[in-house]
Amino acid sequence: MTGIYLAGAFGLSALLFFNRNKLTNYLLVSGFLLLQIAFAIYEYLHINVTELNYFCADSLAVLLVMTLTIISIPAMYHSYVYLSSKQDNPRHTAIYFASMVALLTSINAAYLSNHIAVTWIFVELTTLTASALIYHRRNNRSLEGTWKYVFVCAISITLVFIGILFLSFSLPEGGAADLPFSNLLKNAPDLNQFWLRLAFIFIFTGFTAKLGLVPMYTAGIDAKDKAPSPAGALFSSVLMNVGFVAIFRFYTVVSHTSIHRWANHVILIAALLSIFVATVYMTKVKNIKRMFAYSSIEHSGIVMLGLVAGGLGYYAAVLHIILHSFVKSSLFFQQGQIYRIYKSKSIYDVGSYIKYNPTGSIIMLLAFFFATAMPPSGLFISEFMIFSSLFKANYLSLLIVVILLLTVIIWAFGKNIFKLLFSSPVDFNEDKVEKINPAESISQFILLGLVVYLGLNPPQEFVTLIQEAVKNLPH
Amino acid sequence: MTNVLLIAFTISLLYMGIAHRLLTYIKILSFQGILLFGIAFIQLIEINAANLTFVLFETIVVKAIAIPLFVNHVMKRNRITRDAEPYIPNFVSLIIITIIIITTFILSNAISDTRISKIFFVVAISTFFTGLYIIVTRKKIITHVLGYLVIENGVFILSLAVGNEMPVLVNLGILLDIFASVFLLGIFVNRIGDVLKDVDVDQLKNLRD
Repeated sequence: MTGIYLAGAFGLSALLFFNRNKLTNYLLVSGFLLLQIAFAIYEYLHINVTELNYFCADSLAVLLVMTLTIISIPAMYHSYVYLSSKQDNPRHTAIYFASMVALLTSINAAYLSNHIAVTWIFVELTTLTASALIYHRRNNRSLEGTWKYVFVCAISITLVFIGILFLSFSLPEGGAADLPFSNLLKNAPDLNQFWLRLAFIFIFTGFTAKLGLVPMYTAGIDAKDKAPSPAGALFSSVLMNVGFVAIFRFYTVVSHTSIHRWANHVILIAALLSIFVATVYMTKVKNIKRMFAYSSIEHSGIVMLGLVAGGLGYYAAVLHIILHSFVKSSLFFQQGQIYRIYKSKSIYDVGSYIKYNPTGSIIMLLAFFFATAMPPSGLFISEFMIFSSLFKANYLSLLIVVILLLTVIIWAFGKNIFKLLFSSPVDFNEDKVEKINPAESISQFILLGLVVYLGLNPPQEFVTLIQEAVKNLPH
Repeated sequence: MTNVLLIAFTISLLYMGIAHRLLTYIKILSFQGILLFGIAFIQLIEINAANLTFVLFETIVVKAIAIPLFVNHVMKRNRITRDAEPYIPNFVSLIIITIIIITTFILSNAISDTRISKIFFVVAISTFFTGLYIIVTRKKIITHVLGYLVIENGVFILSLAVGNEMPVLVNLGILLDIFASVFLLGIFVNRIGDVLKDVDVDQLKNLRD
């Protein structure tokens, strides 16, 4: 099925690229979505089956493929809304959909791959396809965003490659057959410590570009800002999960070696700095989309803290990254509507949103509460679990610092959101305000509802899948 | 013989540190391609013939001929001036690159593994950091790409260290190379030339908080 899916989806992407007809475009995109749904269901039913040698849907992959499937449907819908409001030329539309389909496909493949080199190849592909989406507007600033994204990702992909080379040095006996994650896990205690340390540093740093952690987070911010909002939603949810999967799988290997504690310290520093950087920029940033992007940095920092804490923290980290995808994508989808009303992303130009788009402002308000992890958000549950496991693991002083930083983030986030919703805008011409159809917000309500449901009352299958996903980590 | 070639490669890095004109950078890159051809030939002689031909073809045709010609074409097309415009005087650059090489040399003493020859490690890592250094200290966007190509060469050397045991990794490195050169150069420098009139990094300072 993986073979059929990859061939089918890349084929559809190629067809979308050459197609200029609107109706055919609808058909092809819905064809892709059907294929995606079928693939997700198939992988759920055939868990832990290896296909084509390099693809194995373990529980973590199944969870994230499901997440991607759920987000991809509204992403396509909002892309149509976005493109119809812009009167784009057919060629740009064709490139947009072709690269979006290719991006989703390569993200899926990166989730499933059980070999670090295969993950690497597909992460490289996500850079290529994402850059076409960032460049969609074709102006100076989107060019700048694209160039920075491509360049930083190229450097970070090189770092990962150097890491893979060091990893191959660390193997006791050579041979490419030893690089699949399962084999690495089996041979973990025999790996050469010196090379493994270098490998961990390089691979971790390389994948932070996708996950959005210090040091390589910068390019992702510009990308999420400059890409059309549906694409930005994908970047800050499913594309970040790619970085998480890659780091998580390698971390699982490292956690069985003697450098586990050292690796924890490396991750801890990166996570703490990420939360700190996010706090500093959140208080300063004036662009709504960039604010959301920095909020993603904060959340990936929290997820990494979960990994460091161990115990319940592992479970909470996986839960957090899934729920965060839903919250953040709905925020980005909603941002598209804000832009259509005010024609600006700056916090100075917006205001009284509740008057112009009541449904949208309810989403905004809810999503703000959810993103800052206030109950009834599911993120509250996962964050609470992460904090309690940090407490149990004797990271008390760290915990206090993190909670203080999060308080500042809530204040900064709230200040901007309430300005957007309730204070009246300056120099804003009310006559030409576009009426937003409330039906466009349904998908966001569903996504946010899912966050509450999965957080407060998770179905048994969901819990089992997460427990399966973290079972290889030491307890 | 490998050692001689690797040392020549390291010297080319020092030369790159003091080069003024972009054309010199391109010539050094081309020269490095030829050196890599020699190293790959000696190092990988035991792997199967088809793969060896592919690797050698890539080093001599892509690294030594195609990419330098292509960069040259891009520069002519966008009328990029010939000076590299470093932020830091070349003399300081020379010292810093020397320090990079010496530091990696000292670091390599920590390696107790006899399987990997240390000289590959030293040359690869110092090439990597020199590439990064060139990226951060030069003003033009095209020198960023040139610095990236230097990093690529370093990675290629590192992959040759395990090339006999895992030829797959060498091929992956080549994949990365093609991704970088075709994508970064081909699509982007053309576009950047069309959209931005003066191809400086200063043009890329709009996105910030």
